[in-house]
Amino acid sequence: MNITRRTLMAGTAAALALGAARVRAQAKQKIKAAFMYVGPVGDFGWSYQHDQGRKAVEAALGERVETSYVESVPEGPDAERVLTQMARSGADLIFATSFGYMDQVIKVARQFPNVKFEHATGYKRAPNVSTYSARFYEGRHVIGLIAGHMTRTNTIGYIASFRIPEVVRGINAAFLAARSVNPKVQFKIVWVSTWFDPAKEADAANALIEQGCDVLMQHTDSPAAMTIAEEKGIYAFGQASDMREFGPNARLSSIIDNWNPYYIARAKAVLDGTWESTDTWGGIASGMTEIGGFSDRVPFEVRKQAMDAAIAIAAGRLHPFTGPIRKQDGSPWLAPGETADDATLLGMDFYVEGITDSLPR
Amino acid sequence: MDLAALDPLLLLASLLAAATPLIWAAMGELVVERSGVLNLGVEGMMIIGAIAGFAAAVATASPALGFLAAAAAGAALALLFGLLTQILLANQVATGLALTMFGLGLAALIGQPYSGIKPPPATRLAGQIDVMVPLGLALAGAVWWFLARSRPGLILRAVGENHDAAHALGYPVVAIRLAAIAFGGACAGLGGAHLSLVRVPQWTEGMTAGAGWIALAIVVFASWRPARVVLGAWLFGGVTILQLNLQALGLGIGSAWMSMAPYLMTILVLVLISAGRSRAALGAPACLGRVFDASG
Repeated sequence: MNITRRTLMAGTAAALALGAARVRAQAKQKIKAAFMYVGPVGDFGWSYQHDQGRKAVEAALGERVETSYVESVPEGPDAERVLTQMARSGADLIFATSFGYMDQVIKVARQFPNVKFEHATGYKRAPNVSTYSARFYEGRHVIGLIAGHMTRTNTIGYIASFRIPEVVRGINAAFLAARSVNPKVQFKIVWVSTWFDPAKEADAANALIEQGCDVLMQHTDSPAAMTIAEEKGIYAFGQASDMREFGPNARLSSIIDNWNPYYIARAKAVLDGTWESTDTWGGIASGMTEIGGFSDRVPFEVRKQAMDAAIAIAAGRLHPFTGPIRKQDGSPWLAPGETADDATLLGMDFYVEGITDSLPR
Repeated sequence: MDLAALDPLLLLASLLAAATPLIWAAMGELVVERSGVLNLGVEGMMIIGAIAGFAAAVATASPALGFLAAAAAGAALALLFGLLTQILLANQVATGLALTMFGLGLAALIGQPYSGIKPPPATRLAGQIDVMVPLGLALAGAVWWFLARSRPGLILRAVGENHDAAHALGYPVVAIRLAAIAFGGACAGLGGAHLSLVRVPQWTEGMTAGAGWIALAIVVFASWRPARVVLGAWLFGGVTILQLNLQALGLGIGSAWMSMAPYLMTILVLVLISAGRSRAALGAPACLGRVFDASG
């Protein structure tokens, strides 16, 4: 903090001496980057991957960055307190890594115009607030293909967290892909109203298995469902993190969030004084969404199809939401050959045709 | 959708399993509170039990030894609370909250090498039912008998209702409370170990995810009576399991409402039983949370 202030003062003095009104931010010698997580860093899922990003920043920038984190911060008023504390204690750059921190980030950012904020998966920006997310739905398409091939009961279980566009989009993408290779596939969807509660996630997995699901997908943060899938001898996919060790037999593949390059680039931008408010939505192409290795249990043809799909998505030749697609109520959404635009995807609050669940109110 | 697709026996088994950690933790806390001590550190003791039980079970390949270690670890952490509040006379609410934070942090530290490791499988009696489920119900019966029918139980209640009078009669107030605190810790530890060894079976940081707080709520909900603790735990566990299963069936029940229901019911019960009546009618021990200082 002292160094920062001194640098800024020196910069101001130099600008005054030169008589030049320099608007551009000054390069810094050293920055403090703070990270706020919704779960524990040891969840081996979502928060774990963000913390891997923090470590990557430390490894890449060494002496020039000092990082800190606060874990298990509930979405809501607590987030505001933690963000304020981070900004007050001299953080130059703050990563708020859950959707539900959105309004708190905007509010605190207004009070600390010199601190840069990075909000994951949100859509509200400000001059000092950037948003970033990964196109997880691209990964969902790939694992949806595998799931459609691998299910024997034609029933795929999906553990969902909250009704937000990111989760709804993931369900739709996975469902469309699974249906495209297996027209008989049904999805059973359970909303658990939490990001992280291993016991509840495990209970949801058990409930789905009892209802005949033999492949599980999840949009929650712990490996509990993977553990139950392993125990019950069915299949599942790693979510956010690879989760291989939790289900050596159950795991078919995984969607891995790789935040490392983005976090390093953003920290560097603050160091160089080039940070600007941006909106980043990376996917398989940029490496933000990675597909984990395929299990040997996946037949070669299926692996090849999944790999081809991933490559086609990365190359921009394939869009997981390509018409004709109807909405759940039967009304048309995408005409044949038409692809979904980002704005619709970012606000997606409807199921596609064929999903029998109804969105929670 | 077809309700017949719900196997009532499977559903019942899931319900009993889901309620078991709550029954253990809440029953322990009930005894602690009946002795006049408010220990808000249930969550911390549960998670310590979860990791200690997990680590011991992995090391010895025996779930039974894991549960024993969980009880010991929970009791040890509880005795730390006992030392601070009963001997050093620290504030119980603040110490209890600190105990939760300490337990969560310590468990995360101990748990570092244990992620992704499989514990030895616990013996299941049927479906998701393991031996801790009937033992939990037996515990409830034993606690009821102890408090309502035995002389030591009467003394414990006396300490909780009026520690000065109990002291004047020559009962060792501090020693009795320390014993209750250790018992409560052991029970919470066992509840935590049930999560990490049976229900999920894995170790993940923070895996209790608020179960300790629900246990505390259940004790109040039950107005400090063992049978009602069991009912409360079934209700809390049952609502969760039922709504998950109904969703799996495809019945669009408002999941947010269902998640909220047990808490709303606790508030409702509190309002109903406390309406226009004294604290005593509520069933709260009169000395709950008060500092006892024999020299004072």
